[in-house]
Amino acid sequence: MNIVWFWTLAVMLTAYAVLDGYDLGAGALHLCLARGNEERRIVLNAIGPVWNGNEVWLIAAGGMMVVSFPKVYASGFSGFYLALMVVLWLLILRGVSIEFRGQIDHDLWRAFWDAGFCVGSLLIALLLGVALGNVLRGLPITANGYFQGTFALLLNPYSILTGLLSLAILAWHGCNYLRVKTDGALLQKAQRWSARLWWAVVVLVVASTAATLLLGPGMGQNFRLYPLSLVFPLLTLIGLMGGFLCRRNHDRGAFRSSTAVIIGLLTSAAMTAFPNLLASTLDPSYNLTVYNASSSPHALLASFIANIVGMIGVIVYSTYVHRTFAGKVQLRDHGY
Amino acid sequence: MIEAVFADRIQFAFTVMFHYLFPILTMGLGFFIAVLSTMHLATGDQRYASAARFWARIFAINFALGVVTGIPLEFEFGTNWSRFSAFGGGVFGQTLPLEGVYAFFLESGFLGLFLFGEGRVPRVVHWLAGIGVSLGSLLSGYFIVATDAWMQHPVGYIADSAGRIHLKSFWAVLLNPYAGWQYAHTINGALLTAAFVIGGVGAFYLLLNRHQEFARLSVQTAVVAGLILSLTQLFPTGDMDSHNVVQYQPTKLATMEGLFETAKGAPLAIIGMPDAQHGRLLDPVLVPDFLSFLAYGDFHATVSGLNTYPQNLWPPVELTYYAYHIMVGLGTIFIAIMLLGMFLLWRRRLFQSRWYLWILMLALPFPYIANEAGWVVAEVGRQPWLIYGLLKTAQGTSANVAVGETVFTTLGFAGVYLMLGLLFLLLVGRVIHQGPQEETV
Repeated sequence: MNIVWFWTLAVMLTAYAVLDGYDLGAGALHLCLARGNEERRIVLNAIGPVWNGNEVWLIAAGGMMVVSFPKVYASGFSGFYLALMVVLWLLILRGVSIEFRGQIDHDLWRAFWDAGFCVGSLLIALLLGVALGNVLRGLPITANGYFQGTFALLLNPYSILTGLLSLAILAWHGCNYLRVKTDGALLQKAQRWSARLWWAVVVLVVASTAATLLLGPGMGQNFRLYPLSLVFPLLTLIGLMGGFLCRRNHDRGAFRSSTAVIIGLLTSAAMTAFPNLLASTLDPSYNLTVYNASSSPHALLASFIANIVGMIGVIVYSTYVHRTFAGKVQLRDHGY
Repeated sequence: MIEAVFADRIQFAFTVMFHYLFPILTMGLGFFIAVLSTMHLATGDQRYASAARFWARIFAINFALGVVTGIPLEFEFGTNWSRFSAFGGGVFGQTLPLEGVYAFFLESGFLGLFLFGEGRVPRVVHWLAGIGVSLGSLLSGYFIVATDAWMQHPVGYIADSAGRIHLKSFWAVLLNPYAGWQYAHTINGALLTAAFVIGGVGAFYLLLNRHQEFARLSVQTAVVAGLILSLTQLFPTGDMDSHNVVQYQPTKLATMEGLFETAKGAPLAIIGMPDAQHGRLLDPVLVPDFLSFLAYGDFHATVSGLNTYPQNLWPPVELTYYAYHIMVGLGTIFIAIMLLGMFLLWRRRLFQSRWYLWILMLALPFPYIANEAGWVVAEVGRQPWLIYGLLKTAQGTSANVAVGETVFTTLGFAGVYLMLGLLFLLLVGRVIHQGPQEETV
């Protein structure tokens, strides 16, 4: 059950990255890609009806971590204290930017919220990658299971590299989403940006894979132990190739490719970390693992059943909602 | 130097109280919007559709702020209360993710459909989306109240020899006996607030002679629903919820009633100022024997006063006492306002009585105060416990977070929330100023 929960959380966070990833990415490119009120409204309407639901994956994943691995939740959230608070403020800024921009018909009002949406999305995409980098790299967790994460500790070359990777991939993913949702001049711009970002993604994927393997001798170990898990990095590779093939047209193919890259990378990262949830740089015996940081077996089983039943329903109707808003965006009176 | 637990409590109190201003209305108004769109579907009357659309615009602004101010609270369980999460996460955490899984997805998924799907999906689906939004927000309330109820009255766990606790029964946690009436009282409060908001906005339009038809519908709805809800707020929901307190939390009962000395046939203090230092109530107005009756249904029953308990187990006396009296006092005034409105409606003078419309309009903020005060009674009255009888609040904080960090982020939240509050007033004010659209679609 501990292992099942580990992978449930991995799936939840991957789903979050794929879903909220495209609206974060679209936001990060908002100021440079979309020019003028009409193009910006198209971008906002492309994500408007779904961004909130996408963000719920993060909230649900957080709640699931409380019940399944309370010690990890306690240690990670208090350790990353200030960084998480900054993320919270950015989430607030970004959320209100999306919802408030269209409320008042005034150029300066819109300009302000456009900037808020863009800066918020960009920094969140970056910081999520920085956080993941630090989790993979390990944290100075002491015998009592806690650590104090100052910015001096968290902003290291490796995590900045993974942060940039995260930003590049989500921007690329968001760009591919806009390719599916828009047409005309905006579509052409999105295609050009998507082709450019593809190169950035390739360079950063190679660089951070190398850097991860150089972190320590144990890093690739799980892939040797369980050769079947090589499908995860293989999926990344396929996604990257698909992205190259679809860089000019085949907009849907491009979106599927970036989805595959995100899934491949995050599952590879989870495989690399397993069975650690938070590794200690001080002493491996202080690691918080799926075995020593979990709640009791009964708690794991009960919450797994309760959550899975709900998630099936979620998947059914969020598919319906996504279907309803499928297709190219048309500007109407009701909307952003 | 500020104590860590004090800084953490101030931060949580501030962020949760600011947050709660928004879900009150999403839970309450969501229900009324669902009713309006049901009426529209049943009768085909466009007035209901345009009223539903007007309230949905206010709902959307509210919802956005509820979401963005709600996320910090879940984070704070880990950031500022990590020892609490590590200790009880496997038990109280059972209900927490269910809010996301069963309620938020429903709410956020269908809100997009409800706001932007009109004309794009069949009318029945659009109506269902409205029901889904309302259901989602009401369910979300249950999971949060159940989580809180577990902190008030922990159940469904077993403790091992090392003092750790483990889940024993999922259903016992989910169906905590404390949660039922607490939830009913909470939701009733949210619905009552929505009734006052609808009535207040309607009265505003009537006083200005604008949107007459919409305004009459609103004021009438508010008075009828408000009278029922202000009565059920007191009985049965309020009365039954306070039986939870009588049964499980005697220190909270004694503090909120300002009862310092144990008494047979204890009096009920209507007003009075507690003097905790000398253990007495100053300038009290008392109803003899009535507290004994309310608590135990017997005028001569014995009610334990604060003197029965060591002082280190007392909740903060003044805050708990005043919050309770403000809540009950306002609740009584609400009943009076709605009774008056009902009388005027019966005499067919409701829409012409400008003095009454003024009262109804100015009453708008007070249900918010009553709701918040109710939560202050529940949470401050639980002190010094974080989990009643199991974990002290001071033992639940994060030992690896410095007081300076908490103070810094609290100031940050204060700044961000000040801006959000001003924006909210500006935007909702604009929607009210523009008024309901006379048919456009």
